Amino acid sequence: MVKSVDMVGMPKRPLAMHPQKFAMWLFIVSVVMIFAALTSAYIVRQAEGNWLEFQLPGIFQITTILIVCSSLSLQWAFYSAKKDKLEGVKIGLGLTFVLGLGFLIGQFQAWSDLVQEEVFFVGNPSGSFLYVLTGLHGVHLISALIFLLVVLIFAFKNKVHSQKLVTIEMLATYWHFLGALWLYLYVFLLLYR
Amino acid sequence: MATADIHVPGAAAHHEEHHEHEHSQSFVSKYIFSTDHKMIAKQFLITGIFWALIGGFLSILFRLQLGFPDMDLEWLRPLLGGWITPQGKLDPEFYLALVTMHGTIMVFFVLTAGLSGTFSNFLIPLQIGARDMASGFMNMLSYWLFFLSGIIMFISLFLSTGPAGGGWTIYPPLSALPQAISGSGAGMTLWLVAMVFFIASSLLGSINYIATVINMRTKGMSFTRLPLTIWAFFLTAVIGVLSFPVLFAAALLLVFDRSFGTSFYLSEIYIGGEALPNVGGSPVLFQHLFWFLGHPEVYIVLLPALGITSEVVATNSRKPIFGYRAMIGSMMGITVLSFVVWAHHMFVSGMNPFLGSIFMFLTLIIAVPSAVKVFNYLTTLWRGNIVFTPAMLFSIGLVSFFISGGITGIFLGNSALDIQLHDTYFVVAHFHLVMGSASFFGMMAGIYHWFPKMFGRMMDAKLGYLHFWLTFVGVYLVFFPMHYIGIAGFPRRYYSWTNFDAFSDFLDLNTFVSVAAIVTFGSQLIFLFNFFYSMFRGRRTVANPWRSNTLEWTTPIEPGHGNWPGEIPTVYRWPYDYSKPGAKEDFIAQDVPFSHTPESNLDIENEMMEWEKEEGVIAVNESK
Ligand code: HEM
Ligand SMILES: [Cu+2]
Repeated sequence: MVKSVDMVGMPKRPLAMHPQKFAMWLFIVSVVMIFAALTSAYIVRQAEGNWLEFQLPGIFQITTILIVCSSLSLQWAFYSAKKDKLEGVKIGLGLTFVLGLGFLIGQFQAWSDLVQEEVFFVGNPSGSFLYVLTGLHGVHLISALIFLLVVLIFAFKNKVHSQKLVTIEMLATYWHFLGALWLYLYVFLLLYR
Repeated sequence: MATADIHVPGAAAHHEEHHEHEHSQSFVSKYIFSTDHKMIAKQFLITGIFWALIGGFLSILFRLQLGFPDMDLEWLRPLLGGWITPQGKLDPEFYLALVTMHGTIMVFFVLTAGLSGTFSNFLIPLQIGARDMASGFMNMLSYWLFFLSGIIMFISLFLSTGPAGGGWTIYPPLSALPQAISGSGAGMTLWLVAMVFFIASSLLGSINYIATVINMRTKGMSFTRLPLTIWAFFLTAVIGVLSFPVLFAAALLLVFDRSFGTSFYLSEIYIGGEALPNVGGSPVLFQHLFWFLGHPEVYIVLLPALGITSEVVATNSRKPIFGYRAMIGSMMGITVLSFVVWAHHMFVSGMNPFLGSIFMFLTLIIAVPSAVKVFNYLTTLWRGNIVFTPAMLFSIGLVSFFISGGITGIFLGNSALDIQLHDTYFVVAHFHLVMGSASFFGMMAGIYHWFPKMFGRMMDAKLGYLHFWLTFVGVYLVFFPMHYIGIAGFPRRYYSWTNFDAFSDFLDLNTFVSVAAIVTFGSQLIFLFNFFYSMFRGRRTVANPWRSNTLEWTTPIEPGHGNWPGEIPTVYRWPYDYSKPGAKEDFIAQDVPFSHTPESNLDIENEMMEWEKEEGVIAVNESK
């Protein structure tokens, strides 16, 4: 509907992005706002004192590497799709799925480490915030994994190729965003402890 | 048909597929799980009206208590059961639940979903020249999430412990501790669940509105040719996308505090001499998070009404809107400023007074764009050939409320004055005028104005006038006295004041207010009758009953799916060419090229006409 109206030149068809890709960006904006709210609540609350200090679980370093790698493999899948290398798409998506799952398992492990350290969800808000931030990020990552699974199924039906890029492009946008969001959260948690 | 022009290669095609099999619609896909924006708009409208009746009815119940504290309410027992005490009085905790539900329903269900949901959905595609919303499916989902949220909220009204009772602002610790009041038990849980669905619905809606306005405008519909309605809906959606997620975050932490025992908002609380385990939380944190949504929310409620008013006032003054660009600028200003004033709701929360004066400064700045809008309405009316349709009357009513309520906002914005006025009936008067009544009037103006487009029939104008005058006078009679009660110091959300000598003097005034409220509520029945009667029996409308310029009036009288049977019209001019000197008629629709109106063109428009010719516009129009 967007590109077809070229019969009349004069009044230009106004700027048009793909509506669904655009909607994805808006969705990302709203997720950003959730985390902006939570991290600023964190700062405000921390400034009031009575704040438990503790070491962040070391495994966060591993999960950070995992999620960065998953972004790379997804990007590789995307480029493969662009060049119609369908095998590459499948391998790339599959690898991303495994890495994403590994990230989630690592995050879960981090929670057990926290419990070992006697930092609980219920207790001083400094611990509760950590659980909420990682947990909410994890929930979004699960949604991205489901999305990834859908695209993977498409890929096995050979429906992801240079003529059908929108879905995988949206997936890549969302996935990279969640990776960046995790980097932000990790740096934030390192800085404000 | 939507399918006619989507021979898009490759990728973009698949999202339109669902349009294709909608030629023969079943009842379910036409009226229930419809993806047509016009039907979804009507669903929002009917649901909104339903909730307005519930919300209004609740307010009558607590007005009875306030106006007639000695009245025997035994006759309400069949309806309210145990909420009427053995003495025949309203249960005090139920009173709190009533105010809470009244506020929640009116702010979120009626004036957010009912107003934006109806008119953004209905008008955005029609006025920008699109076949439908960017995603019809998301649009449908948005309605049904709202519906689900409504069901949950409705069920909470019938809980034995009562619905939520902590006020529509659900401040903890009151809302966090079931021990505090009975409404903070299951009622509050359902409130939170309902609001989560509501937030999801409203986000889906807003995302769709923004994506549609930016990407789906017809040829020639540049941003500076958009009707102000669309600008208003667009900015409202922007505010929604930025602020509702914050409410989600606030509610999420509250859920954890309530159900999992965390201490985000709770600290060192003693109940019955026993200390609660929660330490380290901060209730003021909740206020910050809540009002970061809460203040933008009041503009989410108001901006669509202002947009509708711009359109109705210009059309019925038969004059271009005064200061089109200033209107856009001031709406943008309001959008930005609405995010930096939230703490004016917290002047007396123990906030640092220096911070208080910063927020006072920012708050008072908002009066500037608001005043610009008011002046532009007045100057549009000035010396216009005013046509007093019911929609026009309601729009003028909105301007009146916006002025009288806005002025009291300036009082409240002063952090020193607010020490006296905070949490009194003065605040109640302020926001019921500027938000409640103004937005309600905007909604009414919209209904009277676009009813012919929605249902192909006209509403009865005489009943409309009666409805307007009763409501307009009624609103002032209800809310004006509240200013005095508030200045005298009477706090809001109090069940009874007769225990305090200082306030017994106001019994007469309160009785008066209650009587006025009942009459005003009753006069909405006139509207209801008019609305439903006209839907089936009203006079059939002509294509453009208000002789208006915008694109929706170029569709068939009852537009089908896809809105325009043929090609979508092209836009050549802004939407406010009313009473243009030299023109044959007193309006020139947006899809009329300048080459068809040489008699009224300005110099610059003649230049554009030359350009049109080069590009072969004439041919296009002749083939029409
Ligand atoms: C001239 C512009 C305005 C100013 C300076 C202003 C200022 C204020 C202030 C300072 C308060 C807090 C009073 C208190 O609780 O002590 C307040 C309350 C409120 N205002 Fe405004 N306001 C303005 C316009 C508006 C508009 C346009 C709306 C809605 C469309 C609105 C809706 C509300 C609501 C709903 C509340 C009460 C919330 C509650 O406590 O339940 N105000 N206003
Ligand atoms: Cu405010």
